[in-house]
Amino acid sequence: MVESGPDGLPGLLVEAGERGVIVRGLGRSYGDPAQNAGGTVIRLPDDLPIVLDRNGPVAHVGAGTSLDRVMRELVPQGFFVPVTPGTRFVTVGGAIASDIHGKGHHRDGTFGSNVERFRLMLADGTVIEASPSNEHAELFWATVGGMGLTGVVLDAVIRLLPIETASCLVDTRRTADLDEVMALMESSDAEHRYSVAWLDLLASGRHLGRSILSQGDHAPLGAVPPAKRSSALEFRPHTFATVPPIVPRAGVLNGWTIAAFNEVWYRKAPKLRTGQLQSLTSFFHPLDGVTHWNRLYGARGFIQYQFVVPFGQEPTLQRIVERCSQVRAASFVTVLKRFGAANPSPLSFPTPGWTLTIDLATTQPGLAALTQELDAWVLEAGGRHYLAKDAVTSPEVIRAGYPRLDDWRAIRDKADPTHRWQSDQARRLGLV
Amino acid sequence: MENAFGDPQTIVLLGGTSEIGRAIVDALVTPAAGCVVLAQRDPATAGSAEYAESLRARGVDRVEVRAFDARSHDEHQGWMRELAAEIGDLDLVVLAFGVLGDQATFDADPAAAAVAVDTNFTGSVSAGLATAEVLRRQGHGRLVVLSSVAGERVRKANFVYGASKAGQDAFAQGLADSLVGSGASVLVVRPGFVRSKMTDGMDDAPFSTTPQVVAARTVAGLRSGATTVWAPGILRWVFAVMRHLPRSVWRRMPR
Repeated sequence: MVESGPDGLPGLLVEAGERGVIVRGLGRSYGDPAQNAGGTVIRLPDDLPIVLDRNGPVAHVGAGTSLDRVMRELVPQGFFVPVTPGTRFVTVGGAIASDIHGKGHHRDGTFGSNVERFRLMLADGTVIEASPSNEHAELFWATVGGMGLTGVVLDAVIRLLPIETASCLVDTRRTADLDEVMALMESSDAEHRYSVAWLDLLASGRHLGRSILSQGDHAPLGAVPPAKRSSALEFRPHTFATVPPIVPRAGVLNGWTIAAFNEVWYRKAPKLRTGQLQSLTSFFHPLDGVTHWNRLYGARGFIQYQFVVPFGQEPTLQRIVERCSQVRAASFVTVLKRFGAANPSPLSFPTPGWTLTIDLATTQPGLAALTQELDAWVLEAGGRHYLAKDAVTSPEVIRAGYPRLDDWRAIRDKADPTHRWQSDQARRLGLV
Repeated sequence: MENAFGDPQTIVLLGGTSEIGRAIVDALVTPAAGCVVLAQRDPATAGSAEYAESLRARGVDRVEVRAFDARSHDEHQGWMRELAAEIGDLDLVVLAFGVLGDQATFDADPAAAAVAVDTNFTGSVSAGLATAEVLRRQGHGRLVVLSSVAGERVRKANFVYGASKAGQDAFAQGLADSLVGSGASVLVVRPGFVRSKMTDGMDDAPFSTTPQVVAARTVAGLRSGATTVWAPGILRWVFAVMRHLPRSVWRRMPR
């Protein structure tokens, strides 16, 4: 792995052998999209200034810049990123390549949908500026969600969201089962900018899919107690725990510990609480508070399985939750979300429908057979899987889930005829 | 490319008719497996087409039986390069070819003994190095070498075979060390007496085992990232003792 600014990139592209080049952000993808066995992995430095234009409002940011830094610099000035995932530790370039989404997808769309333009270095070292409205619009959308296989984004102009405080007003609701939470999301998502549900995947019978629905909006200044208004935009994320590197090989997350955690987590959630003031970090990035939380899964790690099924395919979602409960799939973080409209990118994951995210230790018995079974159900329902999370699916599953894969390939082949951009995932899933 | 479960997408079996080799392939064919190459001297060997068909029936898209002669040392490099160019990354290569032979026959026909060593040892060297070249370039991939406890300490009852396996085992260990840091790795598998067609008609030795047990041990070794596995596992401790028996005792071993 080498770190290189834009000036050094053309040289690295020329030097790289047949195994090609991929750019890595902060390495938080769950699978292998930013790995490149036998080839070159490049990291862009995080040294460009963040330039704020209050009139947009937009910010000009380097691709290697983390959303953590963007928030630390811009939140105190009254601006928030248009989309944040469950962690701040992703880069702008990675957010574009994976076309990430957050709790606000039903309203704000993906990260890529909120990018005005970016500069892209192609495989031959030339740099173009791409936007959805210029002559490179096709390449713009092929790069959004393109997993870094069209070129390297050098910097981008992203739209910002004006905020009055660094807090959110959050409604929390405990639901008895899956039907209730889905009905609630359908009826109330439109009223909130952010909405997501945590599921107890181990619950069964009449408790199947019992959830905690959390919906929020940015808090206006008036919602903050008068004494704290002068510091309402202070952004002070802190970590409160670190998982030491001495976790037993098998990890500490298993059916028993997760069932116990789920029980406590569910019970401690209020039946209904509205208008609670929460900091941006505790609302959006609870896991960032625990450094190296991934170690809890032990040496063999875990997979994150995320799919979307279109609206109208609720029975498939129900069936999948039932199946996971039946085989006691011990998922620590299970998240349900309703997606809004898709964008024009051929490989962007979100499409209108329900997306479910499941974390499972790779030591979970029968996991390969389970994911294969779920793959088939998801495809049957017209759904697809998220490339940024995938580590276990097959070329056939991706081809079936992304009907415009060949369109993307055609655009990529024009931009990178010799396939200089490669990754382990691209090889595993037949994207190159 | 292996997926997060460590399931290989492409598997190459050098010694496509080896029962142990096939048992390993059988244990590693998962829904992730898209391509299996069975490399053997004579692709028309009875049962080969049926075995290939059984893999297709389990969902492997591409199963090929290719001509490969362990003794055609000068062809191994080209064979392996061509294969990689054609089917892409090789996730797992199982080096399973080998001949057992009979010590009495070797005693009477030294040339036949040289042929056996040529297959077991020299063939492993050229095929192993040819494989390592491809894996090193890929930056990932695993080579499984089927060694034998016969090479751990050579017995008078089959010392030509034992010597060839001792050489192969030592070579594989050195190759493994040379690949550290490249992303590729070697797993040395040391089975004891395996009941198979190779040992048909012979009496069972202590701690006899089956190809399926060897396969299970191999898969466990691949999963855990081990560099050596014994099959059955207890042989590791048995040989920790046997290795140190005085020669005067060792040469009296019945077989």
